[in-house]
Amino acid sequence: MKNWIKVASAAAIGIALSASAANAAWEKVVIATEGAYPPFNMVDENGKLIGFDVDFANKLCETAKIECEIVAQDWDGMIPGLLAKKYDAIIAQMSITEERKRSIDFSDYYSNTPAVFVGKDGMSIEAYKDGEVVEDALDGLVVGVQRSTTHANFLEDNFPSVEIRMYGTQDEALLDLTAGRVDATLADSGTLEDWLKSDEGKGYGFVSNQFAPSEWFGDGAGIGIRKEDQDLKEIFNKALAEMLENGSYAELNKKYFPTINLHPN
Amino acid sequence: MFEDLIYVLGKYDTWLWRGFLLTMELLVISVTFGTILAIPLAVARVSKKVWVQAVPFAFIYVFRGTPLIGQLFMMYYGVGQLISNIDGIQDHWSWVYLRNPYWYCLLTFVLNTSAYVAEIMRGGIQNVPSGELEAARACGMTPWTTYRRIIFPRMWQMIWPAYTNDVIFTLKATSLASTVTMMELTGAARKIVARTALPYEAFISAGVIYLIIVYTLTFGFKGMERYLRRNERRKDKHSANTKALPT
Repeated sequence: MKNWIKVASAAAIGIALSASAANAAWEKVVIATEGAYPPFNMVDENGKLIGFDVDFANKLCETAKIECEIVAQDWDGMIPGLLAKKYDAIIAQMSITEERKRSIDFSDYYSNTPAVFVGKDGMSIEAYKDGEVVEDALDGLVVGVQRSTTHANFLEDNFPSVEIRMYGTQDEALLDLTAGRVDATLADSGTLEDWLKSDEGKGYGFVSNQFAPSEWFGDGAGIGIRKEDQDLKEIFNKALAEMLENGSYAELNKKYFPTINLHPN
Repeated sequence: MFEDLIYVLGKYDTWLWRGFLLTMELLVISVTFGTILAIPLAVARVSKKVWVQAVPFAFIYVFRGTPLIGQLFMMYYGVGQLISNIDGIQDHWSWVYLRNPYWYCLLTFVLNTSAYVAEIMRGGIQNVPSGELEAARACGMTPWTTYRRIIFPRMWQMIWPAYTNDVIFTLKATSLASTVTMMELTGAARKIVARTALPYEAFISAGVIYLIIVYTLTFGFKGMERYLRRNERRKDKHSANTKALPT
């Protein structure tokens, strides 16, 4: 049965077969990002992928001296696509969690930004305080969140009676926030800060403290890879360590987030 | 594979169940109201007066000619956004309903279904044999009576298989509701994939539920078809009997 499925999935994406054969020695690595999580990863007006994750991936490959191609992939299909060998690595702010580790493996973490609620100025949400979840903090609110994220899991696990709306992308959740159809949204502080600076973000702000309990949010974002590709993991970890040492990581960090330290320790 | 399937079904059965209920709810309401709305549309559509025909024609053309997901986004993000910009609307009592994606979804599905069903009905109405209409007129029936006693019963008889098809089509169209945060069956499956990274197990579970729904629907509609065609069956039996008679 398992074999049958393997054959079927391989046939369904015939290109993947040839791609993975060529990548056996990691001369060329295909990296997937989402392209809808500014400023980490997004698409410019020419349809080109840009953002911190894209620059980071390029720099990483340059440091590791491997050729890389970066492709866009919907967030929902990120892990299934990796397992189906449509690409070899995920660099898309994917948090390293125990749940995801059941199916894929991660490099060392390459960035870490806490979660935060955004809502209308003047609002105040205390959902996580002194290492404890405040269970009634969201009562009566409608909260928007991106589907399949650590933020969605955090809300669903801890606030079962609250109305939670799940969106395909964070942009859609923010669109409904400005339309007043959700009262607040929970996401990564990095991406939300970027939005608050834009015109649409006027009148909105951080309405909670920043938090990242590792039970739900893992230990930062890592590069997602297939479990069997331990050699690729080594390559990435070595290149990452080199980037952190020679200052090229700090440079990237400063370019996108002058006030946030993406790699605290 | 099978352990994983049992794991998914055991742990996330309530998600699938709630998804199933929402899917059925969307289907039943869309089809019911879509069909009711389709009747006047179809009648106007077969009118010989151009100005009566024009409105349903345009409506049907737009809703059949554009992708459903586009209509859903137009309704939810487009119309929804416009409504939210009205001064003071967010403090009005109706805002509880106007902010809810459920109503936008339902409205889109009802309108879309009605466009398709109206076009099917138009075909049915136009195919009623002209002899029967002449006979009705000869008996002195008013147009309303003709519709009630001749055209509609004949139309339902003829369009039933196509109508069945359209109901099944609508069932699958409801899966798009998950794009505007409604967690119906497909949405539930996606959520399970997000949690477990087991795409086969989650989508196979949802797929089997869809198949069961379709099977039940087809079964019920077949029975209805037999009922609608009961007079024809009697005729067939009669002709069969005459053939069987020794010559």
